[in-house]
Amino acid sequence: MAPALLEIAGLSKRFGGFVALDGIDLNVRPGERLGLIGPNGSGKSTLVNCICGTLHNETGSVIFDGKPINGLLAHQRTRLGLARSFQLPRPFMGLSIADNLRVPLIYTVHAREGKRFTRAEMEDHCGEFLRLVGLADKAKKFPRDLSMVEMRKLELARAMAAEPKLLIADEAMAGLSHSEVDDILALLARLSERGITIILIEHIMRAVMAFSQRVVVLVSGKKIADGLPQDVMRDPEVERAYLGQ
Amino acid sequence: MRSSVFFLIAVLVGAAVFFGARFVHNEYIFFAGFVILQFIVLATAWNILGGYTGYVNFGTAAFFAMGAYSTVFVHKLYPLPVPVLILIGGIVSGIVGFGMGYLTLRLRGAFFSIATLALAVVLQTLVVNWTFVGGSRGAYIIRPNTIPLIGNYIEYLFLIMLVLAIIAITTARIIERSQLGYGFATIRDDEVAAEASGVPTLRLKLIATTISGALMGMAGAPFPYYIGYVDPASTFGLAYAVNSIAMPMIGGTTSWIGPLIGAILLGTIQQVATVTISSAANLLIVGLLLVAFVIIAPKGIIGLVQGFRRSRSG
Repeated sequence: MAPALLEIAGLSKRFGGFVALDGIDLNVRPGERLGLIGPNGSGKSTLVNCICGTLHNETGSVIFDGKPINGLLAHQRTRLGLARSFQLPRPFMGLSIADNLRVPLIYTVHAREGKRFTRAEMEDHCGEFLRLVGLADKAKKFPRDLSMVEMRKLELARAMAAEPKLLIADEAMAGLSHSEVDDILALLARLSERGITIILIEHIMRAVMAFSQRVVVLVSGKKIADGLPQDVMRDPEVERAYLGQ
Repeated sequence: MRSSVFFLIAVLVGAAVFFGARFVHNEYIFFAGFVILQFIVLATAWNILGGYTGYVNFGTAAFFAMGAYSTVFVHKLYPLPVPVLILIGGIVSGIVGFGMGYLTLRLRGAFFSIATLALAVVLQTLVVNWTFVGGSRGAYIIRPNTIPLIGNYIEYLFLIMLVLAIIAITTARIIERSQLGYGFATIRDDEVAAEASGVPTLRLKLIATTISGALMGMAGAPFPYYIGYVDPASTFGLAYAVNSIAMPMIGGTTSWIGPLIGAILLGTIQQVATVTISSAANLLIVGLLLVAFVIIAPKGIIGLVQGFRRSRSG
């Protein structure tokens, strides 16, 4: 088995007296499509924030691509190849759609590779990602002109523009219609084909089951199941957490 | 437009302003013009932090006074030419800006602003109790009447401030169009998302506070030579903080031209009001205009123009 791309061991996070995450262990292999599910407030987003450096975990370790990343700032982790989208889209409202994508190109890809894109290369890259998510005709528009599904696509495009090894999509489909969910799923599948490892956090079970090779379930800050999607769904403990006794 | 071309045009405009002012044959033009130019530098400097990154600095007066008091300090030791004093004032205020940034930039929004206000109070207290630079009594600086080549000393000071304004505006414009400008804009819009896109927010904020502080100090350095007498109450005056916020807000904070328009507009109105109504009316006018703009045109004059253009094109 290939060494894990992301290794989380004994990760805990408290907010005052509230234990948000309690001793999480999780390994993600390169190229894997992992679904992360759990009821509201189970700690999914907190886990993402701890992986990405938005929050700092008190105990436990996170190793990414063979390097311990505890204590690194969020932008340093992004430069190592960890990208995320936010649960509620957080576009840069003052920048055009194309400029939104230019930011990770300038600040992540440049910084990582130590070379500068020429203006034309930059345009090419921006155009490529915009086409990939189907926003090419809106390059000069601003985020306020976008619909919710377009905003989520922009969010994913911006995460992809950082050319990550691991992409964490935090509820990229919440509130979208059936066909819009299919759109985003197709997009994620295309990314996966490019060899990007993806962690999908989602409430829409149809999407999780269709996309994931493996599913992890969090309940009250604890990992209660980890396995093949069908097996996890049959797990009595998962049923109890979701349906009650 | 390339920055070098822009700089050239700015220099030509500056030359036109200087020779135009000389043509009028009225020394008051230079006295009033110096103040307006000084506010162009202060407003532009404020905007680099407040407009581009969105961190509202209430401590402009502190940086301005650091520049002014650096000049007083150096003058007491050994009088140096004004351009050198500007450089010294810029370095001192830049260091203060860096220090302030390092100590306060984990604070956001209103908390950062309160901290800058506190910085101004602390520095004023220090100066009041420092007798070498005059303490609360203030310090006199006797400036020469004439200077070789240019002649009248006030014309010389005017010219220096004009050059400084050109440097400040060119710097702001370069920043705006560079990668740094993109980084600053992401900090203004959403710091968490900026970090997630690889923007080193803390480092960029330190760059912004340092450049902004340094330019403010440079604006303050010639002040003792202009006014002849500096005391803490006037150098740390409310007018600097209020004006350097109001001018970019009224002009528009997203572009270098906003503070320029705002400073010329407000500065001119204030100078005219000083001689026609009373000098006390200054801050009242600024206050009323600021309230009016916040309500009618929250994005300033630039925002109004852009909105007008957009409604015509689409």
